[in-house]
Parts: sequence; structure tokens; C-alpha cells
Amino acid sequence: MTQSETEAQETLTNAQGVEAVIVSQDVEKWYDNGFHVLKGVSLNIYKGEVVVIMGPSGSGKSTFIRTFNALEPYQKGKIEIDGIEIAHDLKNIEAIRREVGMVFQQFNLFPHLTVLQNVTLAPIWVRRWKKSKAEEIAMRLLDRVGIREQAYKYPGQLSGGQQQRVAIARSLAMQPKVMLFDEPTSALDPEMVREVLDVMRNLAKDGMTMVCVTHEVGFAREVADRVVLMDEGMLVEENTPEAFFNNPKEERSQKFLSQIL
Amino acid sequence: MTTISSRPADTKPPQNQTSPLTWVRKNLFNNIFNSILTIVLVIIIGLALRGLVLWIFQGAEWAVVTNNVSLFMTGLYPRDLYWRAWLMLGIVVALAGFTWGVVGRNLGSLFSRNVLMGLALAALLIMLLPITRPNAPRLIAYEALTVAMAWLGQQAGRKFSGLGMKLSIGWFASYFVLLYLLAGGDVRASVLYFVGMIAVSAIAGWQLAARVSLLPKLGLFEKILLFLVGFIATYLVLWYGSWLLGVEVGLDRASTSKWGGLMLTLLLAITGIALCFPVGLLMALGRRSQLPIVRGLSIAYIELIRGVPLISILFMGQVMIPLFLPEGTRPDRIVRAIVGLTIFSSAYLAENVRAGLQSIPRGQTEAAQSLGLNTPLTMSLIVLPQALKVAIPAIVGQFISLFQDTTLLGIVGLVELLGITQSILANPSYLGDYAEGYAFIAAIYWVFCYAMTYGSRRLETSLNNELR
Ligand SMILES: Nc1ncnc2c1ncn2[C@@H]1O[C@H](COP(=O)(O)OP(=O)(O)O)[C@@H](O)[C@H]1O
Ligand SMILES: [Mg+2]
Repeated sequence: MTQSETEAQETLTNAQGVEAVIVSQDVEKWYDNGFHVLKGVSLNIYKGEVVVIMGPSGSGKSTFIRTFNALEPYQKGKIEIDGIEIAHDLKNIEAIRREVGMVFQQFNLFPHLTVLQNVTLAPIWVRRWKKSKAEEIAMRLLDRVGIREQAYKYPGQLSGGQQQRVAIARSLAMQPKVMLFDEPTSALDPEMVREVLDVMRNLAKDGMTMVCVTHEVGFAREVADRVVLMDEGMLVEENTPEAFFNNPKEERSQKFLSQIL
Repeated sequence: MTTISSRPADTKPPQNQTSPLTWVRKNLFNNIFNSILTIVLVIIIGLALRGLVLWIFQGAEWAVVTNNVSLFMTGLYPRDLYWRAWLMLGIVVALAGFTWGVVGRNLGSLFSRNVLMGLALAALLIMLLPITRPNAPRLIAYEALTVAMAWLGQQAGRKFSGLGMKLSIGWFASYFVLLYLLAGGDVRASVLYFVGMIAVSAIAGWQLAARVSLLPKLGLFEKILLFLVGFIATYLVLWYGSWLLGVEVGLDRASTSKWGGLMLTLLLAITGIALCFPVGLLMALGRRSQLPIVRGLSIAYIELIRGVPLISILFMGQVMIPLFLPEGTRPDRIVRAIVGLTIFSSAYLAENVRAGLQSIPRGQTEAAQSLGLNTPLTMSLIVLPQALKVAIPAIVGQFISLFQDTTLLGIVGLVELLGITQSILANPSYLGDYAEGYAFIAAIYWVFCYAMTYGSRRLETSLNNELR
């Protein structure tokens, strides 16, 4: 940190000299009804890193990661994506969203489009790729998440696990710099959780920068570089998975872990 | 591996094959009460049907219809221009057959059992019904001709299966062709010729600029100049050409006061439907806009119009506007009628579309946005296609209402189908033939409304099959 400050570099780097993809400082947010949901949250995500955010329900995890692609506006603080600050007038909003992929708990696939059309839609209309190029890349991605055969089906014809894998492929098709996952396995039947986690694990192995809200402890232990605990709109603890699960520093972390383990 | 079920794997689900007799017993006579109800209803329906059939074949005086078919169909449209009405019908039928061929090439063959049975039934009715019997040979010839044209259109359509979207352009253009055929007059005054003139002139200008600029060293300014020269020259030739040659190009003018009957009803309904859909869509989107002014205006429009009966809007158009505007500046009364229908229907249509928009979960918008799609793209690619599909039944219901509401224009003095019927029935020689006249047009209205309902159901199922 001191190194980057003294040299006044453009981009923020961590101790190993890796640049930050997401910089957030003292982010505060109130909902329209006056509820103070984020109370000054700071978290930097560095390139190639997997950060898992945990915390009790209602603690503001979804709200927090949704500020990263400007799905939720915030009132105070600063968020930079790949060096571009999210302006409060939302001017550069589409440029930022192009670089940030998001996978939702409820998949949110487009039911009126085929799997292939779901994946090629944004590359064709936003990146302005030719249809043939978009489809070629989409097929490769569908292959990677293991559902190439389902390309011409509609989302409603697929199982939950398959739908979530399509959703991941759809986000990847935009070639984002960072992927956000908001409880991607919470809406799935238990037997389908693994196929989705496997895809995410491979993604992490290939070097994708990922921010995951999830309560899958096995996944966090194995894949995460850092685990963050959020409670009542604040970051309570930030630790390595090893330390976080074996001997957490904070009392609130211990309490949370005793509830989910 | 153990087998739990002893049945072979390909057992079919048990089929409920019931004989008609068991069906009747199970559904109509399954207990005392239902048996009595069935018998009573059969007697009532039987008596009513008998009365109806007797009236149709013996009691009714169908002369009021058979003597006035052309009035019912075209109102006071001049007799010597009937060929234009026929030509319009021919164009519509041919285009419909062609469209069916392109769109419905995956459907079964044209002459499926049901279609053949329907055609035979129609022929039988033509021969039996007192209204149509006098002209039976001619009408059956028309039926055959229509079927033949639909068949030819379908054959042609199969060859051009890739046409898809261009068909709607064809319909769009043909609307203006039909409008010109209906109205006649100097061809240069028609929308069609005007648009055509602009297009041809633009192409000519473009060609000129492209050809000449093959010569080296031509700046953008010179190119634009060349384009303008080509455009204006072509435009002038097209506009004054016929005058220079000393020929009048155009059809005899048929004043709008002569338009009437079913032809006018269809013109009003189709134009109203075509206009109220985009207006309603814009209002629905406006109502959800982020901009307070747009939202406020949309809400004001929708709520104002929905609080006023259609008949008062139409009266305003037909009776009040002429009081305020001096002679010569008033729009034609048919235009005023269409504007009234459009204003009214679009407010209701906006609410139908809004209901559809509200049924789309927020996650759809968020997913689209998180992929980097901007608001117009999110709307047009993700939200609207789904919302309109949900709203199809309500929208078509609104179209059907609009079609039926054209009858109100008969009350404010237009001679559309209801209006012309009223003036026919006012003729002393058909005194007391109200039932016959109204039954005839009721049948016509029913056929069109049912066709729309049927079409919307087919559209819905085909979309559902696709979306699952
Ligand atoms: N649109 C909203 N308006 C008001 N309060 C909200 C809204 N959305 C969420 N909240 C509240 O904000 C808190 C945090 O929500 P969320 O970020 O979804 O938590 P988490 O994802 O950690 O479960 C919850 O208490 C929730 O009730
Ligand atoms: Mg959440």
C-alpha cells in the first residue's frame, strides 16, 4: 500500500503488485424508505482473486455487490471498476456493466430466447460482434459449462442447475473483467449445487476475478483467496479461508459460523 | 439390478376410450337433478332452434337483404366504380393467401378435412339459406375463386418462404394502394405516389452522385450537390411529367361521403387498429418513464380518455369540431372518426400493455442491464416481447371492441354497416323488416370478431409452443 501511495500510481495494487479491479471506499447507502443498508463498506478486489462474502440474511451482501455494476445506486463513498469511477449521474453506466458479469440467485434467463440466443444477445447488440462470431464463441462457452447439447432449447426446458450454468455462460460471453455471483446455488435442488460449483471452480482456476456471495463452506475453503464477513451493513472480518473457518478473530464471525456449520 | 415394476417399460398410459353412450350417461344423466336439467334444456333449445329455422326459411322477408347487398357492402359508392371495390377485395384475398403460404407453410395442407368440410358447409348454406339462394351459382363461383386465389397465393408463398418481415411491408404498402383505389383522384395527390416519388428521386440522386463520383477528386460537398440535383430533377419530372405530356393520370374521384357499408366499417376498424396500437404502446411506456413530464402527460391522457364515453368523443369529432373550425380547414369526417376511435382505444390499449409490462419480473430488466444493454435495447429485446405476449388476449379483445365500436359512428351519422342498415330499413318498401336487416349484419360482425378471436388463440398457442 505504502508503495503505491508514494509512487502515486494510477491504479491501486496490492502487496504483490497485482492491480485492483474493484476499489470501493466507505460506501454508504440508504434505501428510499430511509433504511441505512450499507454503513461505510470498503473492499478492494484484485485481479485473479476470488473473494467470498458471507453473512447473515439481510446484512446487505446483495445490495453491496449490486453496487459494483450500478444496479443499486449509493449515496456516499467511491467505487471504481477497472479504474473508472461509477459516477452518481450514471453516465458511464453501460461501459461499466459491460466489464462486470453478474449471476443471480434466480438465474434470470430470458425465457423467450433459446439458450444460444440468451448467450449471444449481449455480444451482438452491445459488443456489436457478427452473429457468426458470437455464436461460435457462445458454443465454446456452452461447451465449457457442459451444456452444448441444450443450445437450441428454451430455458424453461432445462433443470435449475443447467439454467444457472447458462446464466454463467451468458455473463462470460461479454468477456467481463470480473464476475459477481449472488448466492448462485441457493435456489437449486441439492443434487444440482455441485455442477454449478464445479463450473465456478474451473472458472477460478482459469484466473477469473470473482466476488461470490455464498454459504458453500467447502467452495470457500477450497477456492477463495479471502473470506469476508458482513453484518448489519458493515464488514466485520476479512481473513484467509483457513483462518476464518478455523479460528475467526471476531465474536460475530464465530456466532455466524456456529449457525451455518 | 432389481426390477421393482413387473410391467414392461413401454406400457402406455391407460386410455379413456368411452363410447358416446357412456359419455352421455356420465355427463348428462349422472343423477336425477342433472337428468331433469338436461331434458328441460334440450326442450328449450330445441324449441328455440325450431323457431329460428322456421323464421329463417319461412317467416323472414329476406328481400331487404338480397335487394340491397351492394348497399350493405359498399354503401353509396358509385355503381360504375364497383370494379375498384372488386379489385381491392381481390388484392386483399391474394395477399392473404400469399401470407398464409409464407407464414403457414408448416401448417397442414390447405385442403385438410376440416377446411374441406367448412367449404362444403358454406356451399350448402349458400344453396339452402333464403338470403343467398337466388344468387347461389354466382356466390359458389366466388367461393371457388377465393379458394383458388388463396391456393395460388399459398403455392407462391411456399416458394418465397424467406420473405418473413417483408410481408408486413407488403401489407403496409397495399393499404395505401387500397386507399387510393377507394378514393381515386389525381394519382399525384395520393400518399403512395408521394412516397414512391420521394423514393425514386432519392435513388436517382444517389445513382447520379455515385456514378459521377467515379470520376476522381469529388468532395463530399459536390457529392451532396449532385445528389440534390438528381433528386430535384427526378422529382419535378415525376410531378409535372404527366402534365407536360398532356395526359391526366388518375382515377375518378370517389368522395368520402360516398364511402359506406361494410367497406367503410373495415376501413375504420383496420385504420383505427393500426394506429391505436403504436399510440397505446407509447402511452404505456410513457406511463413508466423516469421523466416526470412524460409520465404525467401519459397518465393524464390515459385517465382522461378512460373517463369519457366513446360516443361523446365521436360526437365531439362529428358535431362540435365543425362548429369551431371554419369551412375548409375541417378535416374530413372519416378522418375525424378514425382519430376519435384511435384516441379512445389507445388509452385502453395502453393499460393492457401496462399490465403486460408489470407482469415481467424485475430480474429480467436487471439481467439485461447487467449485460450492458441500455434502456431502449432492454425494452425492445427483453421486456416488450414478453409483455406483449402476455397481453395478446387483452389487446385482441381491445381490437374487437374497436371493431364493434365503429357502429357508434352509425349513430353520429356515418353510413358504415349499421348506418347504411338504418337507412335501408327507413325505406318504406322494407317496412317492418328490422329483424332481417339486423340479423344479417349481426352475422357479419360475428364472423369478423370470431375470426379475430380465433386468430389470437392460434397466435397464443404457437407462441406458447415456442416458449414452453
Ligand atoms: N428496495 C429496498 N427497500 C428497502 N429496504 C430494502 C430494499 N431491498 C433490500 N432492503 C433491505 O436491505 C437489507 C439488506 O438486503 P440484502 O442486500 O438483500 O441482504 P442480503 O443479501 O445480505 O440478504 C434487508 O434488511 C432488506 O430488507
Ligand atoms: Mg441476498
